[in-house]
Amino acid sequence: MTAFVETDPGSPPMPKIIIDDTEHDFPDGITLIQACDMAGVEIPRFCYHERLSIAGNCRMCLVEVVGMPKPVASCAMSVNDLRPNRDGTPPTVLTQSATTRKAQEGTLEFLLINHPLDCPICDQGGECDLQDQTMAFGFDAGRYQDNKRAVEDKYLGPLIKTFMTRCIHCTRCVRFMSEVAGVQELGAIGRGEDMEITTYLEHGMHSNLSGNVVDLCPVGALTAKPYAFLARPWELTKTPSIDVMDALGSAIRVDARGREVLRILPRINDAVNEEWISDKARHVWDGLRTQRLDRPYLKRNGKLEPATWDEAFAAIAAKLSALTARSLAAIAGDLAAAEDMYALKELAGGLGSPNVDCRQDGAKLDPSLGRATYLFNTTIGGIEDADAVLFVGTDPRVEAPVLTRAFSVGTSSKGLLPVGLIGTEVDLTYPCEYLGAGPETLAKIADGSHAFAKTLQEAEKPMIVVGPGSACAPDGAAVLALAAKAAKKMGALTGGWNGFNVLHTAAGRVAGLDLGFVPGEGRSRRGGHVRAAGKGDLKVVYLLGADEIDASRLGDAFVIYQGSHGDRGAHRADVILPGAAYTEKDGTYVNTEGRAQMTTRAIFPPGEAREDWTILRALSGVLGRPLPFDSLQELRAKMYAACPHLALLDLVEPADAAAIEKLAGKPAKPGKDRFGLVIEDYYLSNPVARASAIMASLSAMHAGGPEKATGTDG
Amino acid sequence: MSVRRLAAEQPEGFAFTPENLDWAKAEIKKYPEGRQASAVLSLLWRAQEQMGGWISEPALRAVADMLGMAYIRVYEIVTFYTMFNLAPVGRYYVQVCGTTPCMLRGAEDIKDACRKHIGPKDTVSKDGMFSWTEVECLGACVNAPMAQINKYYYEDLTPENFESILKRLRKGEHVEPGPQNGRKTSAPLSGPNTLTDASIYANDTSGPAFGCAGPALVDAEAKRPGAAANVREAAVPKPPLKKPSVKKPRPS
Repeated sequence: MTAFVETDPGSPPMPKIIIDDTEHDFPDGITLIQACDMAGVEIPRFCYHERLSIAGNCRMCLVEVVGMPKPVASCAMSVNDLRPNRDGTPPTVLTQSATTRKAQEGTLEFLLINHPLDCPICDQGGECDLQDQTMAFGFDAGRYQDNKRAVEDKYLGPLIKTFMTRCIHCTRCVRFMSEVAGVQELGAIGRGEDMEITTYLEHGMHSNLSGNVVDLCPVGALTAKPYAFLARPWELTKTPSIDVMDALGSAIRVDARGREVLRILPRINDAVNEEWISDKARHVWDGLRTQRLDRPYLKRNGKLEPATWDEAFAAIAAKLSALTARSLAAIAGDLAAAEDMYALKELAGGLGSPNVDCRQDGAKLDPSLGRATYLFNTTIGGIEDADAVLFVGTDPRVEAPVLTRAFSVGTSSKGLLPVGLIGTEVDLTYPCEYLGAGPETLAKIADGSHAFAKTLQEAEKPMIVVGPGSACAPDGAAVLALAAKAAKKMGALTGGWNGFNVLHTAAGRVAGLDLGFVPGEGRSRRGGHVRAAGKGDLKVVYLLGADEIDASRLGDAFVIYQGSHGDRGAHRADVILPGAAYTEKDGTYVNTEGRAQMTTRAIFPPGEAREDWTILRALSGVLGRPLPFDSLQELRAKMYAACPHLALLDLVEPADAAAIEKLAGKPAKPGKDRFGLVIEDYYLSNPVARASAIMASLSAMHAGGPEKATGTDG
Repeated sequence: MSVRRLAAEQPEGFAFTPENLDWAKAEIKKYPEGRQASAVLSLLWRAQEQMGGWISEPALRAVADMLGMAYIRVYEIVTFYTMFNLAPVGRYYVQVCGTTPCMLRGAEDIKDACRKHIGPKDTVSKDGMFSWTEVECLGACVNAPMAQINKYYYEDLTPENFESILKRLRKGEHVEPGPQNGRKTSAPLSGPNTLTDASIYANDTSGPAFGCAGPALVDAEAKRPGAAANVREAAVPKPPLKKPSVKKPRPS
């Protein structure tokens, strides 16, 4: 017997396998289908998905292994379990052999027995795994003569259209909902040929990640209801971009036809969203075409009337020339890109006003304390290393839905990841210990007197996640200091580990803080700009897409609203300058980890609307203080000079943890108010979402609780 | 097999009787912490018995709540296992075996008798006494055709004796389960046709009278083939091996 396997006792074995005449070394413990993928050999599959558990029920990935009596399901066969050939050569897998071909053809023939041949009217057509694999691996004709099975369609809520006769029982959707979304909503009832995918008694799916099952479905059984019959995939222009619906900066692909965005799909970004996005990110696209500001407006005689750009600029210039610069304030909204905020800050600075603020929610985050005090320092990828988590005033399931999986699969040395929650008691979908409602509990954690503090202190890599619910409170600064104290006490700032995290909800917030878009030296008053305007201290307020403020409290101030949608800010405005939405401009957004990422323009802004930095550049010329850049490249060069880490696209530059230590040293005497939640209605939390009919229907579904299908629905 | 759905009409609620609740709690305790869902089949079965043979939607939810399971998970289970009935059944629930041996021995006639005396399949008769369904092999092929009525097997059926069973049950009479043609269990109807040689029982005084020899009850009583009847097939312990056998590796 020839000694073939030479293993070094110290190193893990590296299984050798011959795949189609080529020998490969593979890492220990992977499955055969993964090995084939690594070797660049395509194995067809339906039920197997690299981010879900293995089901092994579609049988499409059958391959011949020499010496095995029958073809093996490569998704469920470990590379370690294969035996060498009789002559001692490594196990041999044949993916092109007659046996493999026959197995694949047979499997597809079985799958197609009950699958309708309705590709011409199926929304999945053109991007259907079954279609593609039948072309590549299938037989030319079926031999089945009898009647096909028909399955009742199911009501799964306003996002998912079902055509259950097409279902091939891969159960990817069921596994996704329980493993990634963390809710037991979907299930497979019945058995055998009569197995059907449904929710319990057909209530709509309530998870805010449910849209991902449409991407997972390898056939047209689950398709996107809002996108039904709108387009074929080959008609769409696909633009890679970044989502701005939450502060994670999920990678998305914007599919547009002509001047309309028709759908938004996730892109794979392992560092952030893997390949999932929230329902809001996916389905907000219909809000991009309604309520749009497509021309400038000017208030004449108490009424907003359409105007030209020149008239609008002239009105602003006339107003500003009569005032001192300090009575101008600028507030940036949640969806503002870094370039826009930089241009606005330069404009306000050029005019001599220090009154700028990007924290329209009133968060007490202060960039002067150091970048680490407002970032998610652990990073999203770092969550899996954590062995204890404390949430403070946050509902991560709503504020960052995609993170659900990272926390739910987390482990510690003692088993499940211990999770503590201070604030509003919310359902996180994974086991969680509710500790208390407000700062008093946090103080107990910080001084180590709370029972959960012991868990955190014993953990090697504890995390504290401070949400906007606590940072936006009036005593937010003290709460942050207290959280920093707690982080220090629990040992979250040791060595290379930084367990102090701020979870933002606004896509534009971190960039704003990075750029120092906060009140500078010599600001007019303490307290928010809105209050100052209400009191008459500020005469002109420039809103850059800022809608989450109480516009009615702006008093008699002259309000300039620049943004994409006719929302709360625009209703109060005296001058409206139409801007571009996030799909219509190249903008830099920094996510909650501090990762700078760039959106790409997929379509042009409607009507006379323009990219926001160009509006500010044009306005600066009219005001006689032209900004020193004439192109996006020049703007970015200046912005990168001011804020170098914005140039590090897609990377996270670790922030100096010393800032948190310093913050921990500050006096922390917060009040006793319990931590609230900033997002009242997840589906209506920004101007684009509020303009979206799909978001409105989701909001209504959640407000109404579980609803029943009416029969006419869907 | 067919598509299974919960019944359209459902009762208001469900609660285990105190005895069943105690039993259920004891059942749940059998499983370690975190594995309570393992008790789901036992609890569902007891719920079905308490409901009179079917599982209602409130009962499903009650069991799910007791075990901390999502409703959809229990829904999957009750629709998967065909012995859980999702709609009310009659007081006597007749399950006619329709698999090949019974079919060849006349199960179709038994089903016709059901249609005649009970009504269509899977519907409860007007008086609420009966419902019937066809099931796969119940494992009593040697007594085919047969049917299970509630918990008991009624075997060696003919349309006539089956109709008589139904009539007597409807009147509230007790009907002895088992073969309905007079034979004992699955013994030959024509009487014993093996081991009838009188000599083999000559020395046996323990059993019944000659000609009515009962079966061997234990191995030690069985006759060794070819040996005299007094030589019994008692298990003889094997002598211990002298040394452990070592398999030599095959030369390569």
